[in-house]
Amino acid sequence: MYNALSIRVAGWLTQVGKVGNFLRDVLRSSKEVGTWAGLTAVQMRRIGVQSLPIAIFIAVFTGIVLSLLSSYSFTGAVPLYFVGTFVGKAMMLELAPVLVGLALAGRVGANIAAELGTMRVTEQVDALETLAYDPNSYLVVPRVLAATLMFPAVVALAAAVGIVSGWITSVNLLDLSTPEFVKGLRLFYQFKDLWFGLVKAMSFGAAIALIGCYHGLSTRGGAEGVGRETTTAVVRGAESILVLDAFWAVVLL
Amino acid sequence: MIVFRDVYKSFGEKEVLRGFSLDVQEGETVVVIGYSGSGKSVALKHVVGLLEPDQGDVEVDGQVVHQLDRDGLRGLRSEIGFVFQFAALFDSMSVWDNLTLGLKRQNLSQREMTERARESLAMVDLLGSEDKFPAELSGGMRKRVGLARAIALRPKYLLYDEPTTGLDPVTAAVINQLMIRTRERLGVTSIVVTHDMTSAYAVGDRIAMLYRGAIRQVGSVEQIQRTHDAVVRQFIEGRPEAGADAEAAAAGGTP
Repeated sequence: MYNALSIRVAGWLTQVGKVGNFLRDVLRSSKEVGTWAGLTAVQMRRIGVQSLPIAIFIAVFTGIVLSLLSSYSFTGAVPLYFVGTFVGKAMMLELAPVLVGLALAGRVGANIAAELGTMRVTEQVDALETLAYDPNSYLVVPRVLAATLMFPAVVALAAAVGIVSGWITSVNLLDLSTPEFVKGLRLFYQFKDLWFGLVKAMSFGAAIALIGCYHGLSTRGGAEGVGRETTTAVVRGAESILVLDAFWAVVLL
Repeated sequence: MIVFRDVYKSFGEKEVLRGFSLDVQEGETVVVIGYSGSGKSVALKHVVGLLEPDQGDVEVDGQVVHQLDRDGLRGLRSEIGFVFQFAALFDSMSVWDNLTLGLKRQNLSQREMTERARESLAMVDLLGSEDKFPAELSGGMRKRVGLARAIALRPKYLLYDEPTTGLDPVTAAVINQLMIRTRERLGVTSIVVTHDMTSAYAVGDRIAMLYRGAIRQVGSVEQIQRTHDAVVRQFIEGRPEAGADAEAAAAGGTP
């Protein structure tokens, strides 16, 4: 029993050490601006622009549900224009960052882990090193930077689409006019509502990309290894979003 | 000059190299033969710092590879071309981009880079394939592009990891000719890892047999062909019944 526990603890500590070394190497590699600068723009398009359809899809349906759910919950005891308040706050502070983040943990995290994992098992990462490139500068830094910069943009757009979707739903399905919805939306609005969501989105982007890169570059053992690390990257990415979500709530709210 | 000095390397419980020592002189081609899984590729990867020894040293021009800092290692790698077993071409890039990626690190002008890449493609008889992607190439063509990518760097040393594995005899002979041509034109020092004896006899100045993690025998092609060592004879003749030690095959059972 004691033996099994000590082996497990040693395994965790080894894993923590590996992650620490990886983060240190990535930080060091970020000095090689000439290597990653051009590649970051390509990754911004792949990670950001190509994620827009799924983000908009999520936002549209979340906006519909939020407006109907809030109207149902108020049960006439609360003025209906608070639907606008609820939709706005919920989209900006929580639902756009978290739901889009979770979706992108699948799309972006899996994409990065599978791509880098395949490169690892086919010796393309080794080839990169023999050509005097640092894989962290060439592969990791552009992806992490692109995700950190593009996640807030995608989340901001998703929040806007969600609010518009909530407004259209309120006007058409609830007994609420546009001025009333806007009144509710502006009622308790603070600038923090916006930047809080965007700060969270930045941290989600960085975490998902780092986790995808770490698992991709740790891949061993062919196709099975690629599948295993990709799945792990998605699961860890989703977990990290929920942990970071709670962390930012405690620290910033 | 490349020197392996008493190198030990294990992966978990599996001891791959156990006191591996070998000198490779300037300008010569040394072929390392041995059973699959005997650690030939592992030894080769130590030369470019892709792996670090658990014990012992690998020296290139007097520099201990695993003691080099980042810049030192990068400088060393720019002098070494590595031809991978399955070519390891970047599959999202065209042949041209594969060739020029390494050249971009050498601060060449655009004209020099273009000339160098075209010369290298011409050396492997693949001019006209610049815009193709790795998925559009045959196995032999991929190996030739891998060779062109390595020689485009104009390296001092060339390391070949199983250059003819998986190829038909004619394509393998073409690769052998290319290796000889490369050596004649560029005067490089080479280490070739293979278990293809036709290739070993064709390209090697000396042949070293890796067996159970260490060098069993090293000598000229003629010396190896006339060896009385039962383990080496068994391997070079490809006849399990010829040698006394059938354990060798079992020992090298994993890739």
